[in-house]
Amino acid sequence: MVSDPVIVRPGGHTPPVSIRLQDRPAEERPAERTAALDQVFRIEHLSAWYGTAQALRDITLDVPRNRVTAIIGPSGCGKSTLIRCLNRMNDLIPSFRQEGRILYHGDDVCGPGSDAVALRRHIGMVFQKPNPFPKSIFDNVAFGPRVNGYSGDLKALVEGALRRAALWDEVKDKLGTSGLALSGGQQQRLCIARALAVEPDALLMDEPCSALDPIATYRIEELITSLAVDYSIVIVTHNMQQASRVSDYTTFLLSGEERIGELVEFGPTRDLFTTPKDERTESYITGRFG
Amino acid sequence: MSAASVGALARWRPRLQTRSRNGRAFLLLCYAATAVGILSLLVLLADTAIKGVPQLSWDFLTSYPSRFAARSGVLSAAVGTLYLSLIVIVVAFPLGIATAIYLEEYARPGPLNRIVQTNIGNLAGVPSIIYGMLGLAVFVRAMSLQRSLLAGGLTIALLVLPIVIINAQEALRAVPSSLRHASLALGATRWETVWHHVIPAALPGILTGTILALSRAIGEAAPIILISSIAFIAFLPDGLLDSFTILPIQIFIWVSKPQEDFHAIAASAIIVLLALLLTLNAVAIFVRDRSRRSTQW
Repeated sequence: MVSDPVIVRPGGHTPPVSIRLQDRPAEERPAERTAALDQVFRIEHLSAWYGTAQALRDITLDVPRNRVTAIIGPSGCGKSTLIRCLNRMNDLIPSFRQEGRILYHGDDVCGPGSDAVALRRHIGMVFQKPNPFPKSIFDNVAFGPRVNGYSGDLKALVEGALRRAALWDEVKDKLGTSGLALSGGQQQRLCIARALAVEPDALLMDEPCSALDPIATYRIEELITSLAVDYSIVIVTHNMQQASRVSDYTTFLLSGEERIGELVEFGPTRDLFTTPKDERTESYITGRFG
Repeated sequence: MSAASVGALARWRPRLQTRSRNGRAFLLLCYAATAVGILSLLVLLADTAIKGVPQLSWDFLTSYPSRFAARSGVLSAAVGTLYLSLIVIVVAFPLGIATAIYLEEYARPGPLNRIVQTNIGNLAGVPSIIYGMLGLAVFVRAMSLQRSLLAGGLTIALLVLPIVIINAQEALRAVPSSLRHASLALGATRWETVWHHVIPAALPGILTGTILALSRAIGEAAPIILISSIAFIAFLPDGLLDSFTILPIQIFIWVSKPQEDFHAIAASAIIVLLALLLTLNAVAIFVRDRSRRSTQW
């Protein structure tokens, strides 16, 4: 097959990211943009509603770049809502409304001139249930590059993405078979490969292992750790062990009586799990509720 | 066994025999219901075949209607039906599918959307003669298409449009939203998502709907009675604006004649109509199965 896989994205450089319809050259960016590059996302006073029901209240959080940030919390605390704000997937829900700001490399993701399609092209997403397209493995991975106008060697790009997702060896001889013929764990890695193929900058994972068995879960976790070198990863999980295994930073969300998610604590994962500052965090991680 | 558990058992009456007898009775009822439909269809088909098959011949297919039953044929009617269904396919299916895509993929839910939706549902239930009157007023008179093939085709296209829309909507709704999310999350636009993922996944369902719509279109006589010049047509339509007749009308004319001979060739024409219908449906099924294979569920 293809001998020389392209490296999907070399890590460590300032990503050429623009969420505007027209890409601006880097030198035109204001100076404070570079200062803000330590965070991939800066969430400022974010509140969100579905219709009249509030789901999130006043979340303020900096998501560090090239690190794994876990969002934990009991069911219904707004973890998924929060992560779906980051790539504007909530736009699809007509009744959804949000206040506050989310900056992605300094750009307001909902600001004027920012385009959801351009934004999502830089922020990959992996969903709770593996959702490969009912097409061949190759076409699953190649779809993103195709619509985004990739003009290089598509085969090499697909191979590179599948290698990064640790799936290449299992599928290299059957790229033409349906993505749905794979096992659940393989499907989820295919979805990760599909997200990597558009050379994103950040990766959002919404409980990526909740539909998988322990062995498949272990492989995905391994993969997340290896990807964190090059990508900024945000992972929602209700599995605290998973958060402590894979993440560098952890955010703990909790919803009170009125079912509105609030940020309780954010910090380096080790600190949050060993010396939580808030007693609600301590109760949660020691399993007293949730 | 302790006294307590004996007491507990006494409170249960499983009545296994009665329950399984009820089950069998229900099954029998279902069999009977199915049989009523199948048998009456068989009787109808057999009756038509017995009356109609003897007159079927190449001459019957290639002759025009005549004053004499023995010399009559269905050529103009069969060709008219074929052309009519082509017009319906070309007009109603793109319109209907595009409408369904708009309603399912783009339109925001709201009062306006609900009104449109309700009215499409109502239109599907409007008696076909009403569509004939509409066609007569709009296409034949107002647009002065006269009693032409085009006027008839457009009328029938309008008639099946709600059916096409409703079926296409069902098919689109059955496409899991996870597919759309996956595509959008990769930076595809809404249009690319619809074109590359939603339509291919929904196509088998959409085509099933078109089969139903086409069957309806081919069998309709009532609206065309108003639009076509019923007088017998002993030529083939030359263009869209030519006058025409269709099989259901030809059958209607022959059945209403007093002579027994004409009743017999009416049965033959029914067989031709059925054959035409099955052929068109077979094509649609073929296309559907091919599109199923290209989507690798």
